[in-house]
Amino acid sequence: MEGSSLNLTLKIWRQKNAQDSGKFATYNVSDISTDMSFLEMIDVLNEQLITKGEEPVAFDHDCREGICGMCSMYINGRAHGPWNGTTTCQLHMRAFKNGETITIEPWRAGAFPVIKDLVVNRSAFDRIIAAGGFVSVNTGNAQDANALPIPKDDADASFAAAACIGCGACVASCKNSSAMLFVSAKVSQLALLPQGQPERIDRVLNMVKQMDEEGFGNCTNTGSCEAECPKEISLDNIARLNREYLFATLKK
Amino acid sequence: MTKFLTSSLGKKTVMAMTGLFLCIFLLEHLYTNVQLFFGDGGKSFDEASHGMVHSIIIRIIEVVLFFSIIVHVYQAVVLTKNNSDARPVKYAVNGVSKTSSWFSRNMLLTGSIILFFIVVHLYNFFLPYRITGEVVEPEAQGEHLAERVAAALTNPYYAALYLISVLFLAFHLNHGFQSAFQTLGANTKKYVPILKMAGTAFAILMGIGFASFPILFFIFGEEFLNWNL
Repeated sequence: MEGSSLNLTLKIWRQKNAQDSGKFATYNVSDISTDMSFLEMIDVLNEQLITKGEEPVAFDHDCREGICGMCSMYINGRAHGPWNGTTTCQLHMRAFKNGETITIEPWRAGAFPVIKDLVVNRSAFDRIIAAGGFVSVNTGNAQDANALPIPKDDADASFAAAACIGCGACVASCKNSSAMLFVSAKVSQLALLPQGQPERIDRVLNMVKQMDEEGFGNCTNTGSCEAECPKEISLDNIARLNREYLFATLKK
Repeated sequence: MTKFLTSSLGKKTVMAMTGLFLCIFLLEHLYTNVQLFFGDGGKSFDEASHGMVHSIIIRIIEVVLFFSIIVHVYQAVVLTKNNSDARPVKYAVNGVSKTSSWFSRNMLLTGSIILFFIVVHLYNFFLPYRITGEVVEPEAQGEHLAERVAAALTNPYYAALYLISVLFLAFHLNHGFQSAFQTLGANTKKYVPILKMAGTAFAILMGIGFASFPILFFIFGEEFLNWNL
């Protein structure tokens, strides 16, 4: 199928650095192929800006195949744009209409400070992982895959939670800037497996403590996170996190 | 335990538990109110109310009830403030309405209307019956509770306030009921659809149930107390 081309108006958040208060700037791009990804469209804009001697728009991107979770953009009021289950690099320009104005903002959350333009600092997530989102293992050869029997349902649920790429869309789209979906996925993927058991109680207590210290909001079960998650992480995980935390508190 | 109660998840657990307790109270209140329809001039209703006032168990539960309301409201205000502070710079364009329900995003609004109504409601019924003695016990001479209720509900302003509050109560419950189970970790794939349905059914039942009082009394007048249905 032959794609068509679009002329678009872009309203993009420009902010020099963390201290700058920032403002929107309006740009026009033309002849954008509907087959382009959203990031390629920004590349075209940046080529224009560089040619004119202006500062290109800073944005995070890495793999451009939907698995790194870097491309944090709030597009027309939606994390990673209007499509469900996609990152910005997998959002294609056919999602937009000719002549449309597209508003592009960085993730907005106190815990994710803007570094520049559309780039935010998601180190808060790293600190939550460092607080307990791992399994301590001794070095040596990996044991035989079938040595530890794991029920298929648990393995599947763990794998589904492990699909979380830590992009922060859950925080960005939550009306409370809550990181519960992220933390719940990271707690769940290990809580469901035998390898995660020895540190299960401390893990959930420490990760939730770190989450609270980072200044994320509280979950009110609106479900926006699940709707916006590019990896479609389920709200089930948040219920599991609540359960884990309650039991961990009772045990410790 | 202190650590738990001051954590984000602990605060939510408190919201869920007090919320569910208040749901049980609603059921009890509806059960008592239905006795207004017995057509005995409010005798059953008056006696049921009288029985509760003189039951030590109910009196203890009453203290827990007031405590629950205060904690639920206080925690709601604290959490909403925290949540708002967690995003110092707001979005210029926010499509949050496409990914979440109106009910889930407006719990503070719907809750505030309910709280306002509770205060008015206590002023109208609890205060004259339990504190000032303006409304008397069933065996005594004077204005009885059922008569006070009938008089209030035939007042167009009070009936309208009652009706609006009940509507917002239903909105609040529609999200709150299933949300409480999610917070307590009771939601799993198997139960999510059931709990969501149960939450909406509970909201509708409470909405229609409580709305029936102002509607019927307003239409049929105070005489409705004596109607044998």
